[in-house]
Amino acid sequence: MTDSTKEWPLYEIFIRAKSGLDHKHVGSLHATDARMALEHARDLYTRRQEGVSIWAVRSADIVASDPADADAFFEPARDKVYRHPTFYEIPDEVKTL
Amino acid sequence: MYTQGFDSLGKDCLRDEAQDAAALESRFQSRVDAEEKIEAKDWMPEAYRRTLIRQISQHAHSEIVGMLPEGNWITRAPSLLRKAILIAKVQDEGGHGAYLYSATETLGVSRDQLVEQLLEGKAKYSSIFNYPTPTWADVGAIGWLVDGAAIMNQIPLCRCSYGPYARAMVRICKEESFHQRQGYEIMLRLARGTDSQRAMAQAALDRWWWPSLMMFGPSDSESRHSAQSMRWKIKRFSNDELRQKFVDTTVPQADFLGLKVPDPELRWDDNAGHYRFGPIDWNEFEQVLQGHGPCNRERLEARRRAQDEGRWVRDAASAWAAKREAEGKTRAA
Repeated sequence: MTDSTKEWPLYEIFIRAKSGLDHKHVGSLHATDARMALEHARDLYTRRQEGVSIWAVRSADIVASDPADADAFFEPARDKVYRHPTFYEIPDEVKTL
Repeated sequence: MYTQGFDSLGKDCLRDEAQDAAALESRFQSRVDAEEKIEAKDWMPEAYRRTLIRQISQHAHSEIVGMLPEGNWITRAPSLLRKAILIAKVQDEGGHGAYLYSATETLGVSRDQLVEQLLEGKAKYSSIFNYPTPTWADVGAIGWLVDGAAIMNQIPLCRCSYGPYARAMVRICKEESFHQRQGYEIMLRLARGTDSQRAMAQAALDRWWWPSLMMFGPSDSESRHSAQSMRWKIKRFSNDELRQKFVDTTVPQADFLGLKVPDPELRWDDNAGHYRFGPIDWNEFEQVLQGHGPCNRERLEARRRAQDEGRWVRDAASAWAAKREAEGKTRAA
């Protein structure tokens, strides 16, 4: 039997507002297991039909980048302006490009 | 992302402490000044973290204790519809508490610690919930005035510099409007009813008016935390500004009901474009905050009883989860 004084695991909750849209992070909650996480997420985050689908993920299972390293981590993309279509000069006469 | 739950990659932040604290702090302030949001794992001054933990957890506790005065009327609501509405509202308050506890946890404090602080009487919550609800009209007055004052306070918090708090507030504000409107509608129904219903509505307004004004907190000259919170963009308006806005908005609503705001000094100041109102009894406010309001003891006892009586349910859920996990492991082996 688990120690009842131990805090229940934290789950991050993601909701798809309607089909065709991505699941979006809405917050977190504590639950003993996956099923309780889904049921609590329904009661907590969809009381007004805010969703058609819920994902619950154990917070401990999420791997996240460190904000302190963000500059270095995302640096490789910074000077590659040629990845964007506006980098290229095309004469106005050329249509549909 | 949203949580303190994944600390394994955060070890590098130790390195930050070696750096010049003043430089970090000035970079932090310029991010805040530029209206950038601060997120859970970003560097922040310890005092900013502590201020947020105090403010958000007090707010969470207020939502949870706030379920009690109205919960008192669920079994005695005057119709099945009013009962369903009241259950939905009280459930929303519980939900708001849960959003806010989650936001507080992102700052590195556990849910259990927060609940314990409340149950041990160490944490503060809004003074307003220590007043009783003797009649059905009190349910109307709470929705109209207390939720109305809460909305005034909370709308600027949607732009708070701390991302998780701001996002929780957006969710909460979307739900508050229903609370206020259902309350006003109860008052309207009573105000248009029999003489004794009108008298009941008036008595509820008399009870809740001053405590509602106190909800905005001490006057600006007395408020200890205000200036720093403004600089950090946790707060956007001062207590007195918000209180004035509430009075200006609410007095005409009382007039429409044909009810009288219990303040002999209340008058419209044409030059200022504001209502002028009489002095607030700050002694009463302090008394309630210190634990000597009409219902402080009752509220905490109710929370402790709920915690005790729900223990077997939590234990059973934990035991069930552990059993399922063990079975899963056996099957996999």
